[in-house]
Amino acid sequence: MSSHSNYNPTNPVEKWFDERLPLIRFSKEHLMDFPTPKNINYWWTFGAVLAIMLVMQIITGIVLAMNYVPNIEMAFDSVEHIRRNVNYGRIIQATHAVGASMFFFAVYIHMFRGLYYGSYKAPREILWILGVIIFLLMMATSFMGYVLPWGQMSYWGATVITNVFSAIPLVGTPILEFLRGGFVVDNPTLNRFFSLHYLLPFIIAAVVALHIWALHVPGNGNPTGVEVKSKADTVPFHPYYTMKDLFVIVVFFIPFAWFVFFAPDILGHADNYIRANPFITPAKIVPEWYLLPFYAMLRAVDFDLFFINAKLGGVIVMFGSILILMVLPWLDKSKTRSGNFRPMFKPFFWLFVLNFMMLMYLGAQAAEGIYVILSKVGTAYYFGYFLIILPILARIETPKPLPNSISQSILDKYEAKALKQAKIQGNGNSEIQGKGGK
Amino acid sequence: MATNVKNDPNRRDFLYVTTAAVGAVGAAAAVWPLIDQMNPDATVKALASIEADISSIELGQSVTFKWRGQPIFVRHRTPKEIADAKAVPLEDMIDPATDAERVTAGYEQWLIQIGICTHLGCVPQGQKPSEPKGEFNGWFCPCHGSHYDSAGRIRKGPAPKNLVLPPYEFMSDTLVKIG
Ligand code: HEM
Ligand code: FES
Repeated sequence: MSSHSNYNPTNPVEKWFDERLPLIRFSKEHLMDFPTPKNINYWWTFGAVLAIMLVMQIITGIVLAMNYVPNIEMAFDSVEHIRRNVNYGRIIQATHAVGASMFFFAVYIHMFRGLYYGSYKAPREILWILGVIIFLLMMATSFMGYVLPWGQMSYWGATVITNVFSAIPLVGTPILEFLRGGFVVDNPTLNRFFSLHYLLPFIIAAVVALHIWALHVPGNGNPTGVEVKSKADTVPFHPYYTMKDLFVIVVFFIPFAWFVFFAPDILGHADNYIRANPFITPAKIVPEWYLLPFYAMLRAVDFDLFFINAKLGGVIVMFGSILILMVLPWLDKSKTRSGNFRPMFKPFFWLFVLNFMMLMYLGAQAAEGIYVILSKVGTAYYFGYFLIILPILARIETPKPLPNSISQSILDKYEAKALKQAKIQGNGNSEIQGKGGK
Repeated sequence: MATNVKNDPNRRDFLYVTTAAVGAVGAAAAVWPLIDQMNPDATVKALASIEADISSIELGQSVTFKWRGQPIFVRHRTPKEIADAKAVPLEDMIDPATDAERVTAGYEQWLIQIGICTHLGCVPQGQKPSEPKGEFNGWFCPCHGSHYDSAGRIRKGPAPKNLVLPPYEFMSDTLVKIG
């Protein structure tokens, strides 16, 4: 990797330091000079958005923890105290709460980018699997964070989700009591959730470091799916992508700020402003929007299958829906990475995206009538996409011809555009043709 | 060194293996308290029992008591509710149980259960007259739509088991010790 560096310290102090700990060299190689495909589009900027969001959540979280009290008698009031009395608490609390939603929004874009462009394919399988691990950790973190304000949704969400583990045969109940530290969700549960909610983001940060390490071995993919062939295919990360990423981060912060300043509660649930009551279940328990597709799949299984009862079946399906992503690199054997060159893949992919949104909608509806049927159809398509459609497509699809290189693909595109323009303007606008020529 | 290993491989292997084994056992022993502290602590486990006075519960009425942090449903069943519960054939049930197995002999009118849905732990509705009782005139869990009958048996929906019966005994006709 040192080949990417043009770090030549001349200053004797820098030189001395570099020989002992090449920290500056390392940063320059990986944050500035790193050769990055020159054709990556805006879908590739969300990794940087995610990195910023992780930092935002950690900073606002540490500050919130200075004022929050993890005790069932005081937790609810302490959050209200932060919102009403602590200096700027209203904004800090809203930033953390809305930030979780924005974080998930970005991660979904990042993941769908990977699904469309085949980012999970060799040689990036480990990179992808680390991503799935990060996603699981994010879900655990946000779930436990949501319990901390100790409102009705906090309490009943915690009850229902911890109860999921009681479906495990034989050891279910002991595991449930182990997780809760009691027979029901109570003070010990709140205490440990706070402890873990503080810990997990740092674990995520560590896995992100591995994620980026694994990224920097093969380097970034790109929309053509053709690997970098020469230096001409790349540009240095700084300033080209530092600036592009920064631009997207700024744009991303506009809706983020709108939520924080004008509608901090709009993504939450009104029931969570009622203090937790272990004796009254709200009429409808709805998780946060970003967990809804998985919740819909949990509920879609309301029938027994052989020796697996409905409850265990739902749990298997819910966890399976994420674990299946781990083996995706071995399910989709198509040699062509990018969806751009896969005519049959494309409609199935977009149907998968729509289906995911439908499941998100269904997760928030009552489990009755047409919603139940649609949930089952949606769950079937979710799994069918990975287990049936992708493996079959890999065998029968004839992909479109790939460009020879990244540079070639850019030239081809430019030429096509110039030709089209030339046609519109009548034959031979020499200026445009001259620019587009080889 | 090489000759030493060649001449005496068993002694050396034995030392390696035993050292590793003792180390592993030691590490496991050190980790166990860190794990076990998460299990319910002494105050939670202290099997506090409660004495519930049921004298004021009218026929057809239900009252919720609190035991170990859990809601305990006590329903004073009407003769019709009892007759309905007895009339259901066992084949129609998800978790078959006769009505007699759900109550104490001689106290059939008193149905005492833990008010936690066996699906994912919500508190079913049906205790208050204003709440829905489900399709089987017992309890209805709104979370994912489980219907329990007038003996607390699961009849429809995703819950796998009947409502759980807590340990209890009748001290007198009007006093029940739960726990
Ligand atoms: C805290 C969460 C995450 C952070 C901070 C993060 C960060 C990054 C960054 C900075 C990049 C390089 C830029 C880019 O391609 O956008 C990247 C690439 C990638 N990430 Fe993530 N990521 C996160 C979660 C995930 C998840 C959940 C997945 C998928 C399950 C994932 C899969 C990938 C893949 C496959 C690439 C390589 C894409 C390529 O070919 O260039 N990441 N990640
Ligand atoms: S918790 Fe009662 S039906 Fe799911």
